[in-house]
Amino acid sequence: MKYLGLIWRNAWRKKIRTSLTILSVLVAFLLFALLSAIGYAFKSGADVAAAERLVVINRISLINPLPISYQSRIASTPGVESVTHASWFGGYYQEPRNQFAQFPTVAGDYFAMYPELNIPEEQLEAFAKNRTGAVVGHELATQFGWKVGDRIPIQATIWTKADGGRTWEFDLEGIFRNEDPRGSTAFMLFNYDYFEEARAFGKGTVGWYILRVEPGANPVEIANAIDEQFANSPSETDTSTEAAFAASFAKQFGNIALIVTMILGAVFFTLLLVSGNTMSQSVRERISELAVLKTLGFSDRSVLGIVLSESILIMFIGGILGLGIGWLLVQGMAQQMGAFLPGVYLSPLSMLVALSIMIGAGVLAGVFPAVKAMRLSIVDALARG
Amino acid sequence: MTDTLASLKGVSRVYHKGKERVDVLHELNLDIPEGEFLALMGPSGSGKTTLLNLLGGLDKATAGSVMVGGAELTTMSNRKLSDWRAHNVGFIFQFYNLLPVLTARKNVELPLLLTNLGSGERRKRAELALDIVGLADRASHYPRELSGGQEQRVAIARAIVSDPKLLLCDEPTGDLDRATADEILRLLQKLNSDHGKTIVMVTHDAQAAEYAKRLLHVDKGKLEARATA
Repeated sequence: MKYLGLIWRNAWRKKIRTSLTILSVLVAFLLFALLSAIGYAFKSGADVAAAERLVVINRISLINPLPISYQSRIASTPGVESVTHASWFGGYYQEPRNQFAQFPTVAGDYFAMYPELNIPEEQLEAFAKNRTGAVVGHELATQFGWKVGDRIPIQATIWTKADGGRTWEFDLEGIFRNEDPRGSTAFMLFNYDYFEEARAFGKGTVGWYILRVEPGANPVEIANAIDEQFANSPSETDTSTEAAFAASFAKQFGNIALIVTMILGAVFFTLLLVSGNTMSQSVRERISELAVLKTLGFSDRSVLGIVLSESILIMFIGGILGLGIGWLLVQGMAQQMGAFLPGVYLSPLSMLVALSIMIGAGVLAGVFPAVKAMRLSIVDALARG
Repeated sequence: MTDTLASLKGVSRVYHKGKERVDVLHELNLDIPEGEFLALMGPSGSGKTTLLNLLGGLDKATAGSVMVGGAELTTMSNRKLSDWRAHNVGFIFQFYNLLPVLTARKNVELPLLLTNLGSGERRKRAELALDIVGLADRASHYPRELSGGQEQRVAIARAIVSDPKLLLCDEPTGDLDRATADEILRLLQKLNSDHGKTIVMVTHDAQAAEYAKRLLHVDKGKLEARATA
């Protein structure tokens, strides 16, 4: 700590150069914060998935439906405790930019399947009783300023109505919350019966089934048993855990984790070159000063530590600023994009990773100039002036 | 009888420049008593600075023994030499070699960072050292805000702040005008006479050498005694 003043002063020896280096570090960590938060949104579905829930989809792909008649057969599979279903509606509120997820489902079954979703009993009952009733998550209600009793028109992008219309109107009967803080509430649920009756095509089908396995039952065996039942049928199934389902859903948008890693890899590689160059220049410019420090009795290790600390300090200043600005932007993004891309979140793990990168990049950028400074011959350096 | 602070016996220093062998010092013997103010003169390349470097533990002899303050420097590890320098010797250079990013006081405090002293005590001692060299009022100035003579005074304050017995000065007035050089030399004389510092000073300046108690001439790596004026 007693060297901190010396390290700080040395770091700011060339203010413009240090400021530019810090700016490049700041941008890199800002990008890290934003991409991590977006990456988190794509994988958050898998993180909050429950192990005791399985999802059954069409073997061809998620967008191919399954017959509604499968429900009873799935329910009768040994080890299955309960089954419900949902479908992708794909609509928007008022303007196309107000897109969010809507699922036609069976009111009571769905909330029984997801006990983490919390809704007042009377609201759930009202939802179940009203054919055109709907419930929305707290995030969505906050974003659009909805309250119970509102009539909400949703423009369909896929499901036209039998009368040719694209506007589906719903009565908001309730607002639910998610007890899992990582879970999203940026979606709407409405009654499957209304959907089935009013849609122009695709009748008698659902998007996917969700089932809960009995306590102690083997999910893998149950998944295999379900898929075997429907083998060689027109709609073969693919049953997987909820986590695998969430992951495959995210993959529809491409391998987000790989894309994020590649972008950040390129950014941090460039950052290493920039900050490494700064440190090399900084050490080259003060060879005689470093020799003086050694003359005064600073050991080789102390000189190594001083130069390395300087590099880490620059990385920390830029990194913390970038992460801080990134955190603020992520808060804004989460509010603006919450309905379209729920779960945008800068997790503590991401921040920990960022801190590790700051230290690692600081060490890497500073290690060569630091070793050069450590190995400096006092006599040669002083002779060079 | 005065104790010997430094003793060099049969000291040689050989450098290799590519395939060429350069004998800078050749079987040199020298005793420096405590309280000495010794001037070393000689032509460029005669080995004066090398001798100073050996006395200060900045360089190691190829052969012979270099004892300073009871410590044999030729066999010490680099780490121990660093530690030894921090406590036993102060250096004063021709071009002051202050750190431009630190104020005068912070420059003087540098050697004290290697001690266990707290920041308050470090500050107090640095201010005392600056007071001794007559620069107490310039403590908050950066080197660029000081004259050459003032910079050299700060360098002297830095050299004495950890209270070493031995001060090694390499052309301390080489970059200064006559009047300022005389001020610096009087200051060194004062440190020698009033504070008991043993001083070894390399110089090209015969007038500067006159401030010393003893003058030795170095030529082709060997010593030759001459009386001071």
